[in-house]
Amino acid sequence: MSTISDARPDPREVGVDLHDTTAPRRRVLDVVFRVATAASVVFALVMLAVLLIDTFMTGQPRINADLVKNMPSARPARAGVQSAIFGSLWVVGLSAAVSMPLGIGTAIYLEEFANRDHWYIRLIELNIQNLAGVPSVVFGILGLAFIARGPLSWGFTVGTGAAVLAILILPTIIISSREAIRAVPPSLTDGSLALGATRWQTVWRQVLPSSIPGIATGSILAVSRALGESAPLILLGALTFVTYNPDSMDDGYSVLPLLIFRYTADAKAEFHVVAAAAIVVLLAMLLVLNASAIFIRNHFQNRNA
Amino acid sequence: MTASSTAVTQVQPVGSLLPTGHLRRRLIVERIVRAILGVTALVSVVATVAIAISLIRPTLEFFTEVPLGEFLTGDTWAPLFEPAQFGVLPLIAGTFIIMVIAVVLSVPLGLLGAFYLSEYASRRTRAIAKPVLEVLAGVPTVVFGFFALFWVNPEVVQRFYPVGKVGTFSALAAGLVVGLMILPTMVSLAEDAMSAVPDSLRQGAFALGSTRREVCTKVVFPAALSGIVAAIVLAVSRAIGETTIVLLAAGSNPQLTLDPGQGVQTMSSFIGFAGIGDQSTGSTGYKTIFAVGTLLFLITLVLNMFSVRIVRRFREAYE
Repeated sequence: MSTISDARPDPREVGVDLHDTTAPRRRVLDVVFRVATAASVVFALVMLAVLLIDTFMTGQPRINADLVKNMPSARPARAGVQSAIFGSLWVVGLSAAVSMPLGIGTAIYLEEFANRDHWYIRLIELNIQNLAGVPSVVFGILGLAFIARGPLSWGFTVGTGAAVLAILILPTIIISSREAIRAVPPSLTDGSLALGATRWQTVWRQVLPSSIPGIATGSILAVSRALGESAPLILLGALTFVTYNPDSMDDGYSVLPLLIFRYTADAKAEFHVVAAAAIVVLLAMLLVLNASAIFIRNHFQNRNA
Repeated sequence: MTASSTAVTQVQPVGSLLPTGHLRRRLIVERIVRAILGVTALVSVVATVAIAISLIRPTLEFFTEVPLGEFLTGDTWAPLFEPAQFGVLPLIAGTFIIMVIAVVLSVPLGLLGAFYLSEYASRRTRAIAKPVLEVLAGVPTVVFGFFALFWVNPEVVQRFYPVGKVGTFSALAAGLVVGLMILPTMVSLAEDAMSAVPDSLRQGAFALGSTRREVCTKVVFPAALSGIVAAIVLAVSRAIGETTIVLLAAGSNPQLTLDPGQGVQTMSSFIGFAGIGDQSTGSTGYKTIFAVGTLLFLITLVLNMFSVRIVRRFREAYE
C-alpha cells in the first residue's frame, strides 16, 4: 500500500486521463433507478385501481336499494346488509364517543400538564407507543376474557364491541392529538400564561381552538379505522347473522366488515357478489367519514386565517 | 406551570395575599381538571395491564394441561380435534411464510417509492401521490382479503405459480396482499426518515459529482438507515399480526410447509379461526386462543420495543 501512495504521480507528467470512464454506465444506472422508483409508486396506485374496479364490477348487479333495505339472509338473492350497517353505526359511534374524550384528554395531559422527567410519565408514553403496535386480534382476546366473559360478562353485545374498538383506537387518537397540540406555537401559550391565565384557561382558550383541525382530522381517521376493523370482533360474536337492528348497548350485533367476511367465506358464489356490493357500501361510508375530516380541517383553517 | 402554582401557595402565610374569590375558583378548577386529565391518561395503562392479565391466567392454565416442550416442538397443530395435538410449529412456519412474502414485496417497493417521493417527485406529483397512497392505507383488511381470495389468487398466483397446482387458498396470495396493505405505511415511514436527512449532505454529494441515484443510495439511504430499519421492523410486526386477510386467503389448514403455493394458518389467523367457532369458557380449545395470543403478543411487543428504541436514537441524531 505504502509504496503505491508514496509514488503518487503528477497527472500532467504521466498523462493520466481525467475523463470519467464510468460515466456512461452511471448514467444508464441512474435512468434505471429513476424508472424503478417511479414504477413502485405506480404499482401501488395501479393495484388500488384494480382492487376498486374489480370489486365494483363484481358487486355491480347487487348495488341497489334492496341491498341496504334487506336483512342478512341465507338465501343470496334476498341477502342484504341493513342490520350490519346499523350495527356498525352503533359500535363505531359508541367507541368514538368513549375514546375521543379519553384520547384527547390524555394528549392534553401529556403535552400541557405532565412533567416528562417523572418515570411514570415516560412509562405512560412508552405504553401508548406499544399499545399502538399490538395486533388488533389481541384486543379481541382482551374483550373476550375481560368484557364479554370474565369480570364484566357483558356478553357478545354492542357494548362489548364498542369498548374493545374504543381501546383499539385510543393510542392512535392520543398520538395524532399530541402532534396537533405540539404544533401550536409556544408564543401563543407563553403569551396567555404571561397575562396571568392558568394552564387550563390557556389550554381551553388558546391551545384547543388552534389545534382542533388537527385533532379532529386524526380522530376521524382513527374512527374510520374502527369502522373497517374486523379481526377483534370475530372473537366477540359479530360474525353471526343478525336479522334485527340493535337498539341498545345490550343487544347482539353484526358489523359491516364481518358481514362482508361472512359472505366472502361462503361457499356459494352468489354470496361473493353480495360481499362485493357490501364492500362498495363500506367504502362509501369510509369516504363520507374521510371527506368530513377534510371538510372540518378546511373549515377551521379558513376561519383561523 | 408547576412553578406558578407553587408560587401562589408559598405566599399563603400572608393573609391578605390568599387567593380569594375569582382566583381561588380558578385554582380549584385548575386542580380538578388536572386530576381528570391525569385519570384519562391512566386508561391506556389500565388497558395494557388488562391485556396482560387476560392473557396470563388462561395461558398458565393451558400449560398445566399441555407441556411447554410439546407446545414448542410438536409438529402437528390440531387443538380443536380429537385427539388434540398442540405443536405450534406449523403456525410459526405459516406466520413466517406470510411475513417473508409480505416483507419481500413491501420493503423494496416501499423504499423505492420513498426515494421517489422524497428525492425525485415534483411538488405537484407528491400532492397527488401521497393522498392516493393514504387511500390505499385506509382500505379495510376485509376488503384486501376479498381481493386476495377472488383476484390475486385466481388471476395471478394460480396462473403464474411455477411449481404444482395452487388451490383456492394460498400463502402466496395472502402474503402478497398483506405486503400490499403494508406498502403505504412503509413508503410513508421511510419517506419521513429520508426527508429528515439534512439537505447539506445532498448538496455536498452533488458538488462532488454524484448523480441523483448515488445521492440516494450512498448518502440519503445510510443517513436515514435507522428510520428505515424502524419502518421495516414495524412492517414485520404488522405482517405477523394480520388476521383477516390471512384467514380469508390462506385458509385454515395448519401445515408444516414452506411451499407458498399451499394454504397455511398463522398464529393470528388461528386465533380468528378459533374465535369463529364459539369455544366454551374453560375448555382447552378456549385456553389455546390465549396461549397462542400470548406468543403473538410477546413477539410483536419485542419488535415494537426494538422499533421505538431505534426511532428514538434516530431522532436524537438530527434534532
